[in-house]
Amino acid sequence: MSDRLKDDQPIFQQIAELIETNIIDGDLHANDKVPSTNEFAKHFQINPATAAKGINLLVSQEIIYKKRGVGMFVTEQAKEIILQKRKSHFYEQYMRPLLEEADRIQVHKDQLITWIKKGGKV
Amino acid sequence: MNIEVSKLKKVYGKKEALKDINLHLSGNKIIGLLGKNGAGKTTFMRILAGHFRQSKGDIQINEQPVFNNYEQTKDICFIMESNNFYEKFSVQEILTISSKFYPNWDESYANKLLDIFQLNAKQKIKTLSKGMYSALGIIIGLSSNAPITIFDEPYIGLDASNRSTFYDLLLQSYQQNPRLIILSTHLIDEVSKLFEEVIIFHEGSVMLHELSEELEKKHAIIKGRKEEIDQYIKNRHVIHESTILGQKTAVLFDEEKIDDERFEVSKLNLQELFVYLTKERMREIVHSN
Repeated sequence: MSDRLKDDQPIFQQIAELIETNIIDGDLHANDKVPSTNEFAKHFQINPATAAKGINLLVSQEIIYKKRGVGMFVTEQAKEIILQKRKSHFYEQYMRPLLEEADRIQVHKDQLITWIKKGGKV
Repeated sequence: MNIEVSKLKKVYGKKEALKDINLHLSGNKIIGLLGKNGAGKTTFMRILAGHFRQSKGDIQINEQPVFNNYEQTKDICFIMESNNFYEKFSVQEILTISSKFYPNWDESYANKLLDIFQLNAKQKIKTLSKGMYSALGIIIGLSSNAPITIFDEPYIGLDASNRSTFYDLLLQSYQQNPRLIILSTHLIDEVSKLFEEVIIFHEGSVMLHELSEELEKKHAIIKGRKEEIDQYIKNRHVIHESTILGQKTAVLFDEEKIDDERFEVSKLNLQELFVYLTKERMREIVHSN
């Protein structure tokens, strides 16, 4: 996982995605504590308000929850929600650019299928 | 803290350094004040800090005037890029004077920072290198804990490593003691992620005052076939355009969302956005030739 923030995507979104990826990779489990706004701010040298926005985005999607005075934690259903969300974006984000490039350089669909069968665990 | 500025004007001889500044700043946040050389940033900050009076208009902090008013100036720490300290004093003397001036002064923190930046307390100001001089300004600014802390290019001569240390310290200090911090700088790339709000001065006026995240939403780079882009950007606010190999890139400002399958849409970083916005006038001149 890259530790650097990209320039072309809102920072709060990148913070949210970073937490999400940690959850689906199994680095953060249900009821685990998520780093605080201040920890994110310090680590990435960003304004704490920006970090808070990323975290609040996940709170609104019920991926993390707040315990007053204690911190932020991963919800029971977090992983399921993230998987659903990422799957629904998968075509737009990954398949479409792949197919466009394949078209452009005239890679045939059969070839794509061969490659897909060759790699991946699923 | 509540800063209210209305119709502020400052004239030096015949030159209008500030034309008509209207601003409202409040709450605890880190604000970036940007502008090209001569845009009026320093003049504005000096008036805000009570260094001198405006020619016209009004500036108030918590409904009180600032100039010649210790009740206000004790709450404002303004660090400039130079001329902050009397040259004959030692570092220690400057720290002692500052501790008497600022009610929230944190002496143990100041000593800790002295250590971090490796400054010798006994050294005379006039013998400090540029980098050390800047470090002292940063130490005063952060240790003052002033409800309004203003840094105007505080790191002339400071190396990249010490600048990064400054950003770490600024964030840490802000988190421990939230306050209104205004940071003016030309090194936008380095600090843009620290800003919650951005102000751009241009030719003595406020060109823009936005939340960082709004600024991000308010513009777009679109890329596509030249004819299609040309047609799309007609009557829109274009701040930059360029064509190569039949592909045209245009930067639009004041746009909400661009939902057009034909175009690739992306975002500028703050520094690029700043450059395009403040260069606009020059582009008009170039184009009219």
